[in-house]
Amino acid sequence: MSVEATARIVATRDGLPVLVSDGPLAVRRTRATGPYTRVTVVGAMSAPLGGDRLAIEADAGEGARLLVDSAAATVALPGRSPEQAHYDVRLTVGENAELRWLPEQLVSAYGSDLRMRTRVELAATARLVLREEQILGRYGEQSGTLASRLTVHLAGRPLLDQELGYGPGAPGGWDGPAVLAGHRAVGQLLVVDPQFEDKPAEPQLLGETATLMPLAGPAFLVTAVAPDARQLRCVLDDVLQARLPG
Amino acid sequence: MHLDHANDGPAAVSADAVRPDGKRRALRIGLGGPVGSGKTATVAALCGELRDQLSIAVVTNDIYTREDAEFLLRHAVLPPERIQAVETGACPHTAIRDDISANLEAVEDLEESVGPLDLILVESGGDNLTATFSKGLVDAQIFVIDVAGGDDIPRKGGPGVTTADLLVINKTDLAPHVGSDLRRMARDAKEQRGELPVLFTSLKGEDGVGPVADWVRAQFAAWTA
Amino acid sequence: MSRAALLVLADGRFPAGGHAHSGGAEPAVKAGRIRDARDLAEFCRGRLHTTGLTAAALAAAAALGLDPLELDDAADARTPSPALRATARKLGRQMMRAARSTWPGAELDALAAARPRGAHQPIVLGLAARSAGLGPEDAAHIAAYETVSGPATAAVRLLSLDPFEATAVLARLAPDLDQIAERAARAAHDGIDALPAASAPLLEITAQAHAAWPVRLFAS
Repeated sequence: MSVEATARIVATRDGLPVLVSDGPLAVRRTRATGPYTRVTVVGAMSAPLGGDRLAIEADAGEGARLLVDSAAATVALPGRSPEQAHYDVRLTVGENAELRWLPEQLVSAYGSDLRMRTRVELAATARLVLREEQILGRYGEQSGTLASRLTVHLAGRPLLDQELGYGPGAPGGWDGPAVLAGHRAVGQLLVVDPQFEDKPAEPQLLGETATLMPLAGPAFLVTAVAPDARQLRCVLDDVLQARLPG
Repeated sequence: MHLDHANDGPAAVSADAVRPDGKRRALRIGLGGPVGSGKTATVAALCGELRDQLSIAVVTNDIYTREDAEFLLRHAVLPPERIQAVETGACPHTAIRDDISANLEAVEDLEESVGPLDLILVESGGDNLTATFSKGLVDAQIFVIDVAGGDDIPRKGGPGVTTADLLVINKTDLAPHVGSDLRRMARDAKEQRGELPVLFTSLKGEDGVGPVADWVRAQFAAWTA
Repeated sequence: MSRAALLVLADGRFPAGGHAHSGGAEPAVKAGRIRDARDLAEFCRGRLHTTGLTAAALAAAAALGLDPLELDDAADARTPSPALRATARKLGRQMMRAARSTWPGAELDALAAARPRGAHQPIVLGLAARSAGLGPEDAAHIAAYETVSGPATAAVRLLSLDPFEATAVLARLAPDLDQIAERAARAAHDGIDALPAASAPLLEITAQAHAAWPVRLFAS
């Protein structure tokens, strides 16, 4: 039995008019940290399984400050259906609004096959902090098949578009010297802020396998690979703390 | 999106004598020759000799990134914005002869950023005796060898020695110490080059780079005539 | 269509600056990730299926006649590394010079005027192919081939690798190259937003580090 479910979050300057859980995706308002309205995604069961079609939509309307995190890692599992599982994330951030999208890791368990699609639409003055971490296999396990694409538009123009493909179902060379070279954790941290329009972030090397890169718009991206989830999180957390205290 | 590119006129397609804005471009002179023959020192000396009369810039083609450019910077012969280093992917002769696109970009960028320029010296990375500059890149070329590299080099010939517009035989002060026969070198060079000029220099000596600078002045006079 | 034009444009001696670039092979060699022909093959296969596919699709789309300036924005979004964006524009400018000399045309002139410091190389390559009377799949083939021929040539110079072995690596990738070119050309028909955006984390990370090396043999 595969599941089709869409959870929805709408934040405004004044609160959370829409907070809809669906199937395995439960969303809860949690204690706020700082100025943010905070929502936590609570995984009611291990998901997504093969054949599932899950989606989360979050909309931070004009002037809203929304922080979304999750209670635990998301584990892609094989399931009974041999079909691919789909996980769609659709985020919109309005004028002078801010979204911090900081979920826990996505773990691609052996035998799973997941297609993850994240689309972000930002208004010209929107701010965004988005973290994505992909862990290839649970501890000591081989990777499942994982294809993900992150597309970010700013004021209707493309800002970042990246596809990553790993595991037995990915094209050849994914674990070779050009792509992962044996690393099992891959992460990205994207920070978009209109203030970078006048003063772009400086490129920064973060050790041998991580780097901070100013994009061609008002944003920077940290891309990192690491042997495991813990070391990956250390790198991304260091940047978060240094660049976005509080 | 838009933070990466500045706006200015379209790049020229070839090595036309006139820039897209209709002005005459700088005279470009290439300096080639084997490793250690004194190319960079000659460029530095020429800059020192000519910079008060001519507006000069230099393009270096190093095997390893920026060594020659840094030598010129250290000796403060020109301000840093007048020196550009081209990276050559382990094949310096390719960048001056077979695929000159990066060098053309460098000379155009220099004319745009610090122009108007009278003279651009394009120095090749130290290479072998076969390396010559494309006519699409330079208007004239100087091949620099030295007496310590063996007095049989002029006899051996090769495209650089034979066809360069000027052959410079450098470090004549070392001739007695390395047993090189200058008269023999002059004779062999004449044999290979016919009427093409040959100059003997010792950058440390009294005349220094003077005769080479005079030759460059003559080239510039012909270019602007 | 002239098949011979394809050979001229794909020739490693086409004077568009590629010889000074290793396609990420230089840092991979230094890190010990490429030591022999087998590593080189894995490196090339990974690069081909990631940035190779992305570049091939951009080239195909330009050859098909999609708006090169919109494609240039799409290429920026697909290239988070500023070092790789700078390289792509530098090589695009060099390709533009060579293309305008060999197959002059109004579309090349217009892009050169709009992006005087260079558009992303695959887009200029695609437009050059179009100007030479070639089709989207031809352009994709050339772009895909360049993503592996560059590192192979660089590995020969950096490791003194047997050139026959390096060429055999490229020959064995032929089925992958055909498949990538076909996919890229197909994707070009679906519009700019649908173009592939496959990327390779280590190529981006190491390109940033390589750009800061004080001493290196290759420009990228």
